Amino acid sequence: MRPSTESTPLSAGAVVGSSLATEPATELAAAPAASSGADPIIRFQNVSKNWGSNHVLKALNFDVAPGEKVSIIGPSGSGKTTILRILMTLETPSEGLVRVDGDMLWDVKPGEKVKETRQLRQTRRKIGMVFQQFNLFPHMTALENIIEAPIHVLGMDKAQARERAADLLNMVGLGKHMNHTPPQMSGGQQQRVAIARALAMRPKVLLFDEPTSALDPELIGEVLNVIRNLAHTTDMTMLMVTHEMRFAEEISDRVVMFDNGAAVESGPPAQIFKDPQQERTRTFLRAVLQH
Amino acid sequence: MIWDNSFAISVFPLLLQGLWVTIEITLLGTLIAAVLGLVFAVLRRLAIPVLSPVVSFVVVFVRGTPLLVQAYCAFFVLPAYGISFDAFTTGAVVIGINYSAYMAEVYRSGIQGVPVGQWEAATALSLPGVRTWGRIVLPQALRTVVPMLGNYLIQMFKDSAVLSAITVVELMATAQAIGTSNFRYLEPLTMAAGLFLAISYPASRLVNRLERRYAPQH
Repeated sequence: MRPSTESTPLSAGAVVGSSLATEPATELAAAPAASSGADPIIRFQNVSKNWGSNHVLKALNFDVAPGEKVSIIGPSGSGKTTILRILMTLETPSEGLVRVDGDMLWDVKPGEKVKETRQLRQTRRKIGMVFQQFNLFPHMTALENIIEAPIHVLGMDKAQARERAADLLNMVGLGKHMNHTPPQMSGGQQQRVAIARALAMRPKVLLFDEPTSALDPELIGEVLNVIRNLAHTTDMTMLMVTHEMRFAEEISDRVVMFDNGAAVESGPPAQIFKDPQQERTRTFLRAVLQH
Repeated sequence: MIWDNSFAISVFPLLLQGLWVTIEITLLGTLIAAVLGLVFAVLRRLAIPVLSPVVSFVVVFVRGTPLLVQAYCAFFVLPAYGISFDAFTTGAVVIGINYSAYMAEVYRSGIQGVPVGQWEAATALSLPGVRTWGRIVLPQALRTVVPMLGNYLIQMFKDSAVLSAITVVELMATAQAIGTSNFRYLEPLTMAAGLFLAISYPASRLVNRLERRYAPQH
C-alpha cells in the first residue's frame, strides 16, 4: 500500500484498531470512562526512587484505569518523568511494586539488587514510549525504524510489517516520507514517525515524555494533532508528561499534579485547571500559564 | 658511496616481493585487529563478571609492552611450550593482537559516542540485545571508527618492519638481506623507504577523505 498523497492525520482508531488482527474485538470499543470499577492497567504501590540522598519519588501510589488518558504536570525535578521511565524499565525503582495489565513489572525490596527478568521483558512489551528527543535510529529510513521491532520482536513477516508501517505513516501524515531518514526530516516529522514506531508494537499503554518540548513552536501543532487523534479514537491507555497545559486540558480524562516526588492533586482537567484545591497546584499553574 | 643504478634495478624485483609480504601481513593483521578489537570492546562494555576484567587486563598488558618484545616471546618462547607457527603466521597474529588492543579503544569511543537515547529507544521497543548491538549501536559506532581504522592500518603497514626481527621476510628484512650480501645498503634501504612511502602517503590521503565522509551524523 503506497499512497500517492500525504494524507492528513485522520481516523487513528481505524488504522491502529483495524490492523490489530490478534486483539479481541472488545479492545476496539470506545475508551471507557476514567473512573469505573475496572482493575487498573497501571498500579504503582509504594514506589520510591532515590538518587543518593535525593528522593525523586516518595512512596508513590498511583493507578491508571484501562483506556484512561492521564496527563502529568508539575515543575521539573518533580519526578514526573521518572514515573514514565520506571514504567518503560529505563529506570529501576529503589523500592516498591509496579503492575501493568495484571502482570508484575517491578517488585523491589529496599536495598535489593534488581535483575532484568523474563517476566519484566514480557510485561515491557505491553508498553510503548515516545521520547522528548524522538530517538529515531538515524541510519534507518522512517519505514525501517517502524518495522524493525515488529519483525524482530513480534515475529511479524516483513511484507505485513511494511504494509502496517505504511498505514501508520499515512495516519501520522507522512506517507510520502517512508524512505526518508531522520536527518532529512523536521523535528515534527521525526516525532510523528516516532509515534508511528511506538504504535507498530501495539502497546496497551503508550507513554509520552514531553513529546513537544524539543520542537520549534511552529511544529508543535502537527504532533499534538496526531496525539489528540489517538486520544479520541483509540482505547489505548495514554500517560503523558507535558507542559502543554491547554492540550492536557483538552485531551485528558484526568490530570495529576506532581511536586517533590509525590502526587499533590489529581482530578478531571476542569477541576485541576479551573478550580485547583491545592495551593501548590495554584502557584504552579499561575506560573506556567502566565508566559 | 655513489648510487648504482644498475644494482638498484637488479634488486628491485626482490624488494617488490618483500613489499608484497608486508602488504599481506598488514591486511591479515588488520583483519585480526579489527575483529578482535571489536570483540574486546563489546566484552568490556557488557561488564560480564570475570571475563570483562580479564579482557581489560589483556588490553592493558598488550598496550603496555613493546611490539618487538611480544614478537620475540611469540616466536622464541612459545615454541618451548609446544606452540609454534611459521614466522609469517606468528608475525601476522602478533601484530594483529597488538593492534587489537588499540582498536578496542577506538571502538569503545565509537560505542560511547552513540547517544544514550538510542539504547533507550531499543529498550522501549523490546529489541533483543544482539539486535540492539548489531542493528542499532554498532552501525552508528562504526561510522566514526572507519577513518581511525584506516589510520591504524597505515601505522601497522610501517610497524610490520619490526617483524623482520623474527625472520619474516617482508620489505625491511629483504632490504637488509640484500645489503648484507652485497655490502651495499644505500640502494635497497632507500628503495625500501620509497616503497613504504609510495603506499602509505596515498593511503593516508584516502583516510583523510574517509574522515570527511564518515563525519558523525549527530
